[in-house]
Parts: sequence; C-alpha cells; structure tokens
Amino acid sequence: MRSYTLLILLLCSITSFSQNCDNTLSGTVTDLHDGSLLIGATLIVAGIEQAVDTDLNGKFTITNLCDDTYNIQVSHPYCLTKGFSVKVSGNTTKNIKLEHHLEELNQITVVGKAFNNKSKTILENRISKEELERFSSGTLGDALNSLSGVSSLNTGNTVVKPLINGLHSSRVVIINNGVRMEDQEWGSEHAPNVDVNSEGNLTLIKGAGALQYSGDAVGGVIVAEASKIPVKDSLYGKTLLTGASNGRGASLTSKLTKSYQNGWYVTLQGTLKRFGDFETPDYILSNTGVFERNASLQVGLNRFDYGIEAYYSIFKNEIGILRASHLGGAQDQIRAINSNQPLVINDFTYDIIAPKQDVTHHLARIKGFKNFDGFGKLSLQYDFQRNNRLEFDIRRGADKNNASLDLKLDTHTLMLDLVSHLTDEVNLKSGLMARHQNNFANPNTGVRRLIPDYDKYDLGIYASADYRLNDKLLLEGGARFDYNKMNVFKFYRTSFWESRNYDQLFPEIIVEELGNQVLTNPQLNFYNASSTIGATYAFNDKYKVFFNYSIASRAPNSSELFSEGLHHSASRIELGDLQFKSEIGHKIALTFQRNNEIFNFSVSPFVNTINNFIVIEPTEIQQTVRGNFQVWEYRQTNAQLLGVDFDASYSFAKNFRFNNQVSLVKGYDRTSDEPLISMPPINTKNEIVYHNPNFKNLRLALESEYLFRQNEYPNNNFEVFIPETETMEIIDLSTPPNAYHLLNFNSNIDFKATKKSTLTIGFKITNIFNTSYRNYLNRLRYYADDLGRNFSLNLKLKY
Amino acid sequence: MKNLNLLAFAIFATVLFASCSNDDDAPAPVNEEEVITTLKVTLTPTGGGTPITMETRDLDGDGPNPPVVAVSQNLATGVTYNGAIILQNETVSPPENITEEVEEESLDHQFFYTSGDGLDVTTEYSNFDTNENPLGTEFTLTAGEVSSGTLTFTLRHEPTKPNTGLNDAGGETDFTTTFNVEVQ
Repeated sequence: MRSYTLLILLLCSITSFSQNCDNTLSGTVTDLHDGSLLIGATLIVAGIEQAVDTDLNGKFTITNLCDDTYNIQVSHPYCLTKGFSVKVSGNTTKNIKLEHHLEELNQITVVGKAFNNKSKTILENRISKEELERFSSGTLGDALNSLSGVSSLNTGNTVVKPLINGLHSSRVVIINNGVRMEDQEWGSEHAPNVDVNSEGNLTLIKGAGALQYSGDAVGGVIVAEASKIPVKDSLYGKTLLTGASNGRGASLTSKLTKSYQNGWYVTLQGTLKRFGDFETPDYILSNTGVFERNASLQVGLNRFDYGIEAYYSIFKNEIGILRASHLGGAQDQIRAINSNQPLVINDFTYDIIAPKQDVTHHLARIKGFKNFDGFGKLSLQYDFQRNNRLEFDIRRGADKNNASLDLKLDTHTLMLDLVSHLTDEVNLKSGLMARHQNNFANPNTGVRRLIPDYDKYDLGIYASADYRLNDKLLLEGGARFDYNKMNVFKFYRTSFWESRNYDQLFPEIIVEELGNQVLTNPQLNFYNASSTIGATYAFNDKYKVFFNYSIASRAPNSSELFSEGLHHSASRIELGDLQFKSEIGHKIALTFQRNNEIFNFSVSPFVNTINNFIVIEPTEIQQTVRGNFQVWEYRQTNAQLLGVDFDASYSFAKNFRFNNQVSLVKGYDRTSDEPLISMPPINTKNEIVYHNPNFKNLRLALESEYLFRQNEYPNNNFEVFIPETETMEIIDLSTPPNAYHLLNFNSNIDFKATKKSTLTIGFKITNIFNTSYRNYLNRLRYYADDLGRNFSLNLKLKY
Repeated sequence: MKNLNLLAFAIFATVLFASCSNDDDAPAPVNEEEVITTLKVTLTPTGGGTPITMETRDLDGDGPNPPVVAVSQNLATGVTYNGAIILQNETVSPPENITEEVEEESLDHQFFYTSGDGLDVTTEYSNFDTNENPLGTEFTLTAGEVSSGTLTFTLRHEPTKPNTGLNDAGGETDFTTTFNVEVQ
C-alpha cells in the first residue's frame, strides 16, 4: 500500500530546476484528532528520495530543497499513509496532521468523536460488538440487562424496556446512531424500536451528564452506535443465524460493508426474526410470538477533515401479547391472578393474533462535519423519524380486525454541534437543537384516542467543557436549556372534564362541546434547565475516582398529561393531569474504580433526588358496565432513589476469569414515605469464564443469576365483590414474587472457514434447571410464569 | 466560518417556521361504536301480565360516573317469566343495538345469570349458539319462595364453551351488572 502511494507520488511529481536549492522545510506531525505529537513518522520527498523521521517532539526538518512544489508522503505505524503537496519558497514551515489510531477512529464521526467522551466524569458502561452478538436473537433490553445497574421492565419476554437505576420510559433517553429515539417511549409496554443487530456497541450513561443529547434524561442515556468503518479499500461482512428451542424460532442477520481508500463507504444490513409461542417449564404462553423485520443502509464519505453520511433504517415488529392477560374488570383480574396458570393455553403456534402490537419505525438521517483548524469540529445533522404504532385488542363485530390504537408520530430534528479543543487542556462542546413533532391518533380505530393529536416544538442549547488540570485531575461542567411547546387537540369526556374541575379551571381552552365530549385546545409551555458538574481523579494508573452531580429537567409526557380512560393491557383506568410541571432530578454519582488486567472492580453509589416526580398509583375503584376497575392516577411527588452498582472481575488462573455484579436500588416517595412501585430487587450475577485465545478462541462461561425478592413495595391491593361466591375478595397486585436463581451456560468457538472468513459457533443454555419463576418487573407476572429452559445455537460467519 | 454559522441558523429558522405554520385543523371526534352503555332485561310472565324491566345505563363508559341501575317492579312468587336481554350503545344516535352483534357472534359469547344473597330464583337458557351451547340473550326465570337478594347478569366474550358456569368459563367480561331484586 505504501509503495503504491509512493509510486503515484513519483509519477506526478514535478522536477524542475531552480537556482536556490538550500531551503529547509520543517514542521510537526500531529494527530488530527487530539493534536498529540506523532513520533517516528516517516516523510519521503518524491523526486529526490530524501527520507526523514520525526523526532521525539514530532518535529521534522528536510534540507536542501529548491523553490518548488514537492510531493511528500507521510507515514506512521498507526496512521493511514498520506500524500501532501508542499510549495517550498525559502525556508518553509508546514505542520502536518495525520489521522491516528486507524483501527479506532476512522468513522464518519460527526458525533463519533463526541461519542468517545460522552461524559468524562460518569463511569460509562459499554457493551462491545462481541457481547452484543450474543444477543442477536434478543432485544436491546436483553443486551442492556447484562450491565450492572440495569434491569428491565418486561411485558412478557419480547417487550423489554431498559430500567436504569430504577427508572425507565421517558426518563431514559436512547440515542440510536446519533438520533434521539422518538418512538412513543413513554409507554411502559413500548419496547425501544432498535434492532440490536444494527449496532456496533452500546454505551450506558447512568445519569444526565451527557448534555449534548438531552437535558431530560433523569434516569440515564443509552447510546447505540454502528460499527466504525475503516478508510481503506475493503469489502467485509458477517452473517449470524441463531436458532432457539424455546419459541421454536430463529433470527437471521446479515451485514455487508464496502469501503474505499478515498473515504467513501456503504453498509447494508438486515435482520429477520421469527418466534412462535414461548414456553414456561409447564405450559405454553399462548400468543407470545414475535415477527421482526429490520433493514438499514448507510452511505458516507469520511475524509480527513470533513465528512458526510446518510443513514436510513426501518424497524418493523409484530409482537403477540399473552392472550390470558387481556381482561375485563376486577372480577376477571381476580380469576386470572388466583389461577396458577394462564386461563388460556392453546397449542403452540407461530400465528400472532390480538392482543398484539405492530410497530413500524423509520429513521432517516443526514449529517456532515468539517474540522476547522484552531476552531474545532462543526457538525450539522438533520433527522426524520416516523413511528407508527398499532395495538390490537380483542374486539367484537365489524371492528374485530381493527386496531384499537393507531398512532403516527413524525419527528424532525436539526442539530448543530461544535466540538472545540480550545487548548491542550480544555475541550468545549456546544450546540443547538430544534425539533418539531406531530402526533396523529387515527380516529378510524373507533376507540377514543389514548394520546391526543398534538404538535410539539423543542428548542435546545447547550455547552459543556472539560478541563484537564494535570495528569490526575479532570474537571467537567456544562449547562443546557430546553424550551418545549405543545399545541394539543384533546377530546375530554364531559363527565371527566367536570369531575376534575377543568370546566372551572380552563374554560378558555374549550373549542367545542359535543354532547358527552368536549374538544379542547391546551397549549403548554415548558422551560427546562439542566446542568452537570463533575471531576475525575486518577490516584495512579490503577485507581481512579469519578464524581458527578447533574440536574435533569423533564417535561411531563403526553401520557402523564392526557391519559383518561381504560388501559386494556393493564386492566385499569389511567388518569393524567393537565396541570403537571416539569420533573427535576438531582443525581449525585460517585465511582471508585480499580483498573487492572488481573483484578479490576468498580463501586458506584448514587443518590437521585427527584422533585415533582410523576408517579402513577391507585386511588379508587370505579364501577363500569364491564365490572369494577381500579383507577390509577398520575400524581407529582418528591422521590428519592439510592443505590449502588458493583462490578468486579478477577483472573484467578491463566485463561480463567471470575466476574461478579451486584446492583441495588431503593426508591421512596418522600412525601408519603412509602416505597416506590416497580423498583428492581437486589440482584447479583456471578460468572466463571474460560477463554483461550490460542485455542480457536474458545470461550466457555457459566453464569449464575440470583434475584432477591423485593421486600419494599407499596400496597396497592384492593377488594372486589364476586357475585358468584357472594364474597369480597382482595386482589393482590402488590406482593412481589419470590426470589429465584437461574443458571446459564454460554460457549463459542472459532473455526477458520476459508482464508478470509471465520466461522464462530456458539451454544447457549438459559435457565438450565428449567426453574419456574416469576419476575417482579414483568407486567405479566400476575398471569403466567417466566420462560423455561432454552437451548440456542448461534452460527456466525465473518467474511 | 461565519457564513457557515449563518447558513446553519438560516436552515434552523426555516425548518422551525415551516413546522410552526402547520394548520390548526381540529380533529374529528371518536364515537365509540363497540361500547355497551345499556343493558335492558325484559321479563314477561308466561301467563300474561305486565312485563318487568331491569335496566343498567352508563352513558360515560369508563368515565367517572357510575352506572344507573333500575328495576321496575318486584317478581311474583311461583311465576315463570320469559326473559330477553337487549344491549345498546346509547352514545350514538340513534342508539345501536349490540344484541344483534352478540347473536351473530354467538360462538364467542355467553350470558350468565347468578342469583345471590338469598334470592330464590332459577334460570334456564332459551337460546343457543350454532354449536348448541348456551348463548343466553333469551332465558326463562322462575321465581321461587318470597325472598330478596341480588341477580347478576354477566356477558363473557370468548368464553370456554361448553362450561359449567362462570368459574370455568374464562374469557373476559364485556358487561356485568347486579340488580337488587325481591320476590313477593
């Protein structure tokens, strides 16, 4: 490669004769990305075949040059060889920038660079590509679940919502390839619309410290990024096929990348996943199949100091919801809860019928960046997302096959970001964001809109800086301001409108009164400020401490503001409140880390105090013609979450490693002094891994997962009259299920398939002992057990 | 550099204003057609006489107002009545008859009658689905001894058929209502 470049340079070099040939060309060679000096870079001047190396200060000097234009080739062991054309006139100085760390950094990185230091004072947890590939047939939530401090709020086993230090949904922001996901994430049974196979790695930031993405991540930020593409002529790809016994399904995913020396690249990726009904140790979970189809295309140009990239992805997922979880009133609920197994168990099938979700998410993005000397990297990004969510209930008559919920959410976002290296010690990130969102609730469902039609406008501005005081201490601080405006058209039931006193409070927003409904036009404005401050101190090359304090402000979401009616899948009536204010979280996070190959650990305690925390809780029983329903009302209170995440890894013998993880979180409502609902119980994972890179990269891992029983929970039980038995019975919605222990086995081995391709065979068993268990954080735990044993075989071909 | 910044701001502003200029078309209301607001039971004495009506109406569905329940008169001891159940959606005008839909989907529906609290009545199904299992929009009711108590009507959607009663019927409740009844 190098000689080839040289040849070209030789061919196009111009030799001329001139009088003055004792000029000197000098300068330094630095890393384009961080400005560090490159020592030992070789410069070869074409035509005169003079070669010099840079010294310990990155400096070079080439003597005896004429007044002329020279072509110079610069190479460095870790850099892409580059050709330069220099006009020499007298003694000339030329500073040269090379793109260092070829294997790490040649992405199109508008935000790529920003992504490498999302927050410098919060410990970031990462899931690498190799780890991610083990979750190829699972979901994003499953993959994240492998990190300490992350659990998941499930609806069955296919709707998996990440729960970071006890918080979820609107409090967790997901950034997918630089785009903030706007996929009706407020819903606790709405899984993120992200294909785990389209991502190269996941980064988790447990806090709001990463202000470049958002100021409202009270819980945390999940950043999913595509793999980086090298700047060289190359064609590569991989195909993964996973088959699993539980659900009797498979997933197939393939990715192909073509890249060129001149910086152009294109990547095409697709996933197909199909599972039938899943099984517990004792019975089939009827109507729990899943059918997922995804594709993405990425085209871009990555040059030294500028780049442009276009990206498009489609995610389509059809998910069956356990048939036995769809209920009428409280009387049905008590039958379902009191039964040891689901009330509907049918034969295994791949068919997915109502109740089900069918979601399509389009994401298109175009971004470009340019590096300016002494100014920084400026990037501009526009993205468009369209989310269409269909939810089907069990219905009667002409509407039988009609969706009960049909929402179309369109989001346009424009972002301008600047990353500047003000000095060697100070980095500054700043930017602007403008977003418009339109939600359309299709009235053809024949069901009153769960979420009203609205237009939403967001404007954001942020700046954050880090200052490296010395080798040991780094300080970081930042602030962000967001303005949100919502223009809503909402139909209220007249009876609800009046019972809430809205007719007295907001008579001015009535547009029209239509018999038993009132059309209103609420216009809401929210002004949110958020900030972060932190420090990192390295005691030595092993021990390091991170400290971060962040304030996050979150405007209430459309569900918290406007819910007003029966939520079928939860079998309860949910009521929002038009008068909510923004929720403000103060999170203090500390991490003490030991970094070492043999033995490393990190301890991360945190306190998250949230004012105006929006919580939903039961308030009364309401009679309807379907029977009694519990009414759950959103309410604002002050909450506090405390916890600690612990990770440790110890290589106790050659090729053997022991990993341990413990996550603990406690959540309290400080106003009522009650525990918060749906807080993950303490859990611990212990794993023994044998990994031999010298023998076909063999990896064997045995993992034990122990989930304690949640002992702190609010009592939301209620009584209901059962006509058949003429008794009042307590519906126990509160008591958490018992602790459980699962054992999992995971293995993989590499084989050279051809000269250029590797076949990796993976074999996995989850729940080896086929334990029956229920998880407190699974919304379907009232009705059915969790999954039984599963064998899965994973074939990966890299080419 | 300045130009680039300006350009970016220009694009920002354009997108913002373009999106702000959205028209404010008011959305169409949704009148739920599947809703059952009203259940009317008409009990006609087999030997002739004034029919007794029992009615439950909840015009705001799962809104905050509870259903209104009314029974026209007491049952007479020893009398057998032919019962007929009418289900209506009164949120639309004219009111929609839901009984027809239930009868069309007879395999997916069944009414259950539960007497409680000491009420002495017996019931029997008078109409059946296409598999000859009970449907129950029509029934006979015989009033026994003088007594008082509750009479509950429950409509189950997608029940297990055949079944021995509410306990093993499964499915989900589409409508349930309890009347306070007296036998004189």
